[in-house]
Amino acid sequence: MIRIVKTKEKSARQQLLLRLGAFVLALCAGGLFLLLLGNNPFAVYATILSGAFRSKMAVQATVKIMIPLIIAALGVTLSFKMKFWNIGGEGQLIMGGVFASYFALFHADLPAFLLFPLMFLAGLIGGGIWALIPAFFKVRFGTNETLFTLMLNYIALYIVAWLQEGPWRDPAANGFPKIASFEKSAVLPKVFGVQVGWIIALVLVVLVFIYLRYTKQGYEISVVGESRPTATYAGMNVQRIILRTMFLSGAIAGIAGMVQATGSDRTLTVGIAGGVGFTAIIVAWLARLNPMSSLVIAFLFAVLEKGSSVIQSEFGLSTDCADVLQGIILFFVLGCEFFVRYKFVRDHKQTAEGGTK
Amino acid sequence: MANTEYAIECRGITKTFGTVVANDAVDLTVRYGEVLALLGENGSGKTTLMNMLSGIYHPDAGTIKIAGEEVRINSPEDSMALGIGMIHQHFKLVDVFTASENIAVGTAGKRLSAAVMRKKVQEISQSIGLEIDPDRRAFEMSVSEKQNVEILKVLYRGQKILILDEPTAVLTPQETERLFDILRSMRAQGCAIIIITHKLNEVLSISDRVTILRKGKYIETVNTAETDEQKLTELMVGRPVSLEIARPEAVDPKTILKIVDLTVRKPDGTIAIDDASFEVRTGEILGVAGIAGSGQKELCECIAGLCPAEKGAVLYHKENLIGKSPREIIRLGVQLGFVPEDRLGMGLVASMGMVGNLMLKTYDTPKGPFIDPAPARQHAEELVERLGIVTPSVDTPVRLMSGGNVQKVLLGREIESDPQVLITAYPVRGLDINSSYTVYDLLNEQKKQGVAVVFIGEDLDVLMALSDRIMVMCHGQVTGIVDGRTATKDDIARLMVGAGEETEA
Repeated sequence: MIRIVKTKEKSARQQLLLRLGAFVLALCAGGLFLLLLGNNPFAVYATILSGAFRSKMAVQATVKIMIPLIIAALGVTLSFKMKFWNIGGEGQLIMGGVFASYFALFHADLPAFLLFPLMFLAGLIGGGIWALIPAFFKVRFGTNETLFTLMLNYIALYIVAWLQEGPWRDPAANGFPKIASFEKSAVLPKVFGVQVGWIIALVLVVLVFIYLRYTKQGYEISVVGESRPTATYAGMNVQRIILRTMFLSGAIAGIAGMVQATGSDRTLTVGIAGGVGFTAIIVAWLARLNPMSSLVIAFLFAVLEKGSSVIQSEFGLSTDCADVLQGIILFFVLGCEFFVRYKFVRDHKQTAEGGTK
Repeated sequence: MANTEYAIECRGITKTFGTVVANDAVDLTVRYGEVLALLGENGSGKTTLMNMLSGIYHPDAGTIKIAGEEVRINSPEDSMALGIGMIHQHFKLVDVFTASENIAVGTAGKRLSAAVMRKKVQEISQSIGLEIDPDRRAFEMSVSEKQNVEILKVLYRGQKILILDEPTAVLTPQETERLFDILRSMRAQGCAIIIITHKLNEVLSISDRVTILRKGKYIETVNTAETDEQKLTELMVGRPVSLEIARPEAVDPKTILKIVDLTVRKPDGTIAIDDASFEVRTGEILGVAGIAGSGQKELCECIAGLCPAEKGAVLYHKENLIGKSPREIIRLGVQLGFVPEDRLGMGLVASMGMVGNLMLKTYDTPKGPFIDPAPARQHAEELVERLGIVTPSVDTPVRLMSGGNVQKVLLGREIESDPQVLITAYPVRGLDINSSYTVYDLLNEQKKQGVAVVFIGEDLDVLMALSDRIMVMCHGQVTGIVDGRTATKDDIARLMVGAGEETEA
């Protein structure tokens, strides 16, 4: 018989080793899966790595994938730190894209020094408002934020669908429901061959890190997340803190949407988020809500995704295989959290069957 | 002592967690028909030892014999099958179930009809002189009723070994007496009982033998009849300790806080405080006695601005605090050092270290957007020094610290804020002797500095030894304010169950 036993919390070092071990095990399990499909797992893994890094273009593409992911993860980090289960990163990202696209579409003739800040601000506000709505209902009526933010994702998605079929449809597209590509003047410039979003992302990583660790507002977020009664007891205005934090959380996701639409897609489509808002939750969670670690994890996710597109062409594996691999890694890494507090022990001998006599 | 067979016989039990030796070659024996008290300060390894008996941990070395047979206890199920019943501080009852349903749940065998069940429950409860309504649902029960259900659960399963982890911490003196009567009749029926408690008078009144642990080590087992409080304390602490609680003369008492006709409702609409009026004076300790849930919690929270009042006023230097937010009350220069009874739930942030927790009320004072942890760090280090707080570092999350140390952090923070009024609710709940006396000393020190101290307590002996005046509450009403130096225990106990009524509720 094997039993589960609770143990003392492991040290930070042990926890790190545990997670690395889980990652290695995930690679083994994934390798087994690839083997069953008739592929050499080493070759596939090598191709994933080389696919993400083999050329300058490949690296640029990897970074491009990473940009919205890390920014959205930062947004999620703020709300999760407060234990506000915001799973509406997807919708907030979309709304950021929508608001920014308005200026990209209709005010592309503005000078760049005005247009870009406007788009940035619009993205920020769009995402912020989308997060403020559930926050308002939460503090006012105690609604469930998980469901509320989730539903708003779909509303945001269908707003984009409506825009591209109706008011914002490109008349030049011969009736095909799409939004026109942005004018060149409204597309974010490139730095080192990648859109400038990567600089925005890095700056945000540092800002969020400082915000959470060294500011009063960051401190308030931690206290409210831990215990609302304690926050009230300390004289904090809990409702205001929730509203403020959620606005910031959504605003950051909105920036991700703005960067994605105006930097990478160069138009607004229903695929603007493409699940990034959800993956961001996983990234933030795996990084244990630490912005610096999020950066590393978002990068690893980008490598996996870019590399998977290469194994598709080289091994004829469908991209679904990449999803399976991602799933396996997540299963192991999240599953190992269990072993931070618990362990299995084996019985050496059956216990006395009779009990007292 | 005709029965010489040991119900439990532990020999050389050792358990380590990493580098910490929680139990070091501990021996413990208890016979059928005997009450054994397990005594030790916080962190002495009592709970670890009991967790091994209930199958939560497994010893690294040593043997456990149950009813003479060597056993391995790998899980709580094993422990139950061996006839060990554990009653934790936090009861494990299903709120919407009735008493008999709660007792039946989780037992093997065929499901009995409600009527049969009820009858069985009544039979068992009568056999040990316990009164219980089998149809009452858990959420309607008082703490002591819930505890009774837990005891019945053990008896119903035919378990003959009962372990109680600080069962009296949540009970009134009257309820404690009743619990002890029940335990005595269980002992008469041949049950083996282990009781963990910090309260020496209870150890002396209920147990046959006492096993003392100190810092994980087995110290001694003594016969209760041959010992006294002083000797037990010495064994427990490892050096002679004075059990006297000092009561310095009140220093120039002046009214600082005046509560006038205060009425407060709980969120569910029931009356929590009913038209209470009293004064709090500087330089004295006002003790508050009363059965748990008589409105003490609401009283504290109302003064601190955490819950709204329906009627009445809380006048601090003649300024009404009612209707002000907690921060406004803090900013008015009203220094209310409020130590909430729910330490980790309300007073402290469990995942933060001492530094983060000491900043809780002052983080907003300096200008600018950034926090400045430097003063808090210095404070934290001073407190560690001054109050003898045991912690690996001032950044270790407080949830990893022991109860006594957590309480010292909380109290230390409130005292550091130079309060004018210091309200403490059950500051020694769950603390060992040493820590409790440190807390009493701290309160007396504040009193000598002219602080108005409100001490909400549960141990009448302590209240009577420490307080200058004692206010007694019952069902939200102030049933009397007596002089701490002259009042008798009987006077207070009577006021606790109702204004002037002679009969017990």
